Amino acid sequence: MYQEVSEQLLAPAGLGSAEIDRALARLSSRGIDFGELYFQRRVREGWALEDGSVKNGSWDVDQGVGVRAVAGTGTGFAYADSLALPALLDAADSARSISRTIGDGKVSALKVANRVARYAGTNPIGEGDSAARVELLRTIDAYVRSLDERVSQVTVSLSASHDQIVVAATDGTLAGDQRPLVRLDIRVLMEEGDRREQGFSGGGGRYGWADLTEPEVWQHYAREAVRQATVNLGAEPAPAGHMTVVLGAGWPGVLLHEAVGHGLEGDFNRKGISAFSNRIGEQVATAECTVVDDGTLDHRRGSLSIDDEGTPSGCTTLIENGRLVGYMQDKLNARLMGVEPTGNGRRESFAHLPMPRMTNTYMLPGQHDPAEILATVEDGIYAVNFNGGQVDITSGKFVFAASEAYRIRNGEVCEAIKGATLIGNGPDVLTRVGMVGNDLALDTGVGVCGKEGQSVPVGVGQPTLRIDGLTVGGTS
Amino acid sequence: MSAVAGLAESGVTGLLEDPDREADLLQSLADRVLKRAAQRGADQAEVGVNSGLNREAGVRLGDVEVLEEARDRGLRVTVYCKGCTGTASTGDLRPEILDQTVDQALAIARLTQPDAASGLAEPELMATSLPDLDLWHPSDVAMEALIARAQEVEQAGRAADPRITNSEGASVSVEAALSVYANSHGFVGVKRGTRFSQHCILIASDESGMQRDYDWDARRRFSQLADPATTGAEAARRTVARLGAQRIPTGRFPVLFVPEIARGLIGHLIGAVSGGQLYRRASFLLDAAGTQVLPDWASLIESPRIQGGPASAAFDGDGVATRESALVADGTLARYVLGTYSARRLGLETTANAGGVRNLRFEGGDMSYTDLIGEMQRGLIVTEVMGQGVNLVTGDYSRGAAGFWVENGEIVWPVEEITIAGHLKEMLTSIRAAGTDHDERRGVQVPSLLVDGMTVAGQAAE
Repeated sequence: MYQEVSEQLLAPAGLGSAEIDRALARLSSRGIDFGELYFQRRVREGWALEDGSVKNGSWDVDQGVGVRAVAGTGTGFAYADSLALPALLDAADSARSISRTIGDGKVSALKVANRVARYAGTNPIGEGDSAARVELLRTIDAYVRSLDERVSQVTVSLSASHDQIVVAATDGTLAGDQRPLVRLDIRVLMEEGDRREQGFSGGGGRYGWADLTEPEVWQHYAREAVRQATVNLGAEPAPAGHMTVVLGAGWPGVLLHEAVGHGLEGDFNRKGISAFSNRIGEQVATAECTVVDDGTLDHRRGSLSIDDEGTPSGCTTLIENGRLVGYMQDKLNARLMGVEPTGNGRRESFAHLPMPRMTNTYMLPGQHDPAEILATVEDGIYAVNFNGGQVDITSGKFVFAASEAYRIRNGEVCEAIKGATLIGNGPDVLTRVGMVGNDLALDTGVGVCGKEGQSVPVGVGQPTLRIDGLTVGGTS
Repeated sequence: MSAVAGLAESGVTGLLEDPDREADLLQSLADRVLKRAAQRGADQAEVGVNSGLNREAGVRLGDVEVLEEARDRGLRVTVYCKGCTGTASTGDLRPEILDQTVDQALAIARLTQPDAASGLAEPELMATSLPDLDLWHPSDVAMEALIARAQEVEQAGRAADPRITNSEGASVSVEAALSVYANSHGFVGVKRGTRFSQHCILIASDESGMQRDYDWDARRRFSQLADPATTGAEAARRTVARLGAQRIPTGRFPVLFVPEIARGLIGHLIGAVSGGQLYRRASFLLDAAGTQVLPDWASLIESPRIQGGPASAAFDGDGVATRESALVADGTLARYVLGTYSARRLGLETTANAGGVRNLRFEGGDMSYTDLIGEMQRGLIVTEVMGQGVNLVTGDYSRGAAGFWVENGEIVWPVEEITIAGHLKEMLTSIRAAGTDHDERRGVQVPSLLVDGMTVAGQAAE
């Protein structure tokens, strides 16, 4: 993979192993612990339909090199949007200014890292016929409108990106990757009387267009979007207060991402600013809970063959039978904490610094049938879909906003209720997990995680969970 | 070719030292792109080229944590052919790549379908006067000076209170941005602006646990940036004030939104009257022009051409001349927020808001923050909201929140892990009082707002 990418990405810019060695040696001519070059080219293609026609499309190319030098806890960072050698050496000069001491200019012999491919090098951009994608959008639009006469607006978009990266570092890392990513989004607005409600569905992953454009795939998403909007047309105001909440399987795993995931990223814990800092070995969840971050799942949106530092991705157990056992690490934080990197060093692009980030975060399945879980709830809510969430990693407070939810009464799923925000405390919420379902599901591939201004694609998942006490932010 | 060679050579400080030269370079690139689009059959075309630099120093616990030096350039072109639209962008500005980018946009336009609303704004709407809005105040502050200032900010914060036990650091940055917008009507507009900012994030702890909060400032002139000690001390004050936060009982209470959060509320109003939401019928304020959306004593005035304003611009994203006008006058929605495309979709005239509102100010408040707390008597001050629980289609609003509980017109304790919920239309019209403490750092300037009767969820009902 490295050879293939370097031939396509670096060779046209006149960069070969001699130039990479020269830039790394330049970084090391100051006293640094670690220096790295990150070359990237990303091409994106997008098509969007609205009002029954595809009115615009887009094609975007970004490329450049990010150079960093690390000395102790300090990082010098510079980037250039040119891959030419002068720009690379300029960036190296800026980045190495983090250190004032003289270095020996030595670099470990570069060695292409072992890797297991988690996706093919498929390039969806320009794959097949673009006209077919435009036609598909129109077909999807017609299908959605045929499902229900209350559908008044349909927007459908298809997007794809193809990322080529090369990482070379003074620790001997030399790695390349090609990352395809495709996505379909369907949004409908339905009107009935004076009520208007939206429904949304979509999915994608690290593969080519073919997997997304199969009729059974997009028809499923289309029906799902219409179903959600229909449910919301009949939804009543949500209750307000502290109550039992049953979370559905799949995308509601955004709970884990917010409530515990971010708090277990290495940087926050190295600095001692996470509500989970210094708590390895402690019981932070009920014994039924085992949570992992797994970048190795084939073709998943959050998966990586190697992370953005060239470390092969892994499956890291974060919480095992309720006990906190591990953090997610990049190279910098792993070195400072005296542990191994876990393949979680990610960056939005060459113009951003890497940091510990999640890949696909999910809870392993438990013993209970979902129906059995619902039957135990006398009065509560059943939330099956969410818009997204947010967390304050220091206080541990997190929120996530339901987009499809129901009232549970006497063990029965009753009327639909309007989307409400749920709020809880990360270190506390998993200690209230009363039952874990046997129905683990992962999301369909639409997750975007933001941290310190950087967005990366992620996945989440969980089985059905019963949480005995969360605050529900309704109006009634 | 010479122009592009010049581009590659100009170093990080080139933009600050000679912005006119950089503007000329960007204009020559825009010109090349427009010419190629015309040659290859585009009926109309528009292009945006930008160039920016950023220098930033971040420190944590007194030590340097990140030094960043960056230059960004990019170009985006949109072509219109027989009513069809295509867009392409590139970060690589070599001439052959620019040509390819134009060709990609044209290839897309050959596949898309005609849209009667597409195309440039009418030529007579193009801005003809392009006054200097006093936005460019370059100071080539050296990295060493940024480091020293960041250390000063953080030190002031850490020294302010013994309960400040940790830090996420302080940073100081210098940004300069220059952009050219040109279209096939012959319009060429250059924008340039500088921005200096400082941030400080602190951690406080006591037996109740850890809390985090921050303060920041951003100005167009380095000399106008808040005193480093002020930013550090304010970050410390805000962080310590959150210690010992409790939950409160579930019930209906008045809510006082501080300026930073009140700005979000007015932001939802702006979003709901924006063209894109309206022509998609995805707004709780459809057909609301001429109706009451705020109390009759409140107005929202947009002043895009203020000298030195945080969002000042003489032309909008379509090249249309900006002008001062009321969005809301005495509580009544005077107009929508429209660019050329959305205006055509709605059968209306553009309001020169392609790219958003510029320097919008909430007018009509007359109380101090302290008086507003007194006016509220018993209720919740919200200083933070969390999550995505805002539905512009229905107006339903439900968010996580933190702040302070007020009894007898006085703050009694900090509050966290609660939600606030209501309906935006009702919340906006039931603003009982407003302050004079506008957040001057922002392009949408809103004071503290006191809203009657929201549902607050915390513990079991009171």
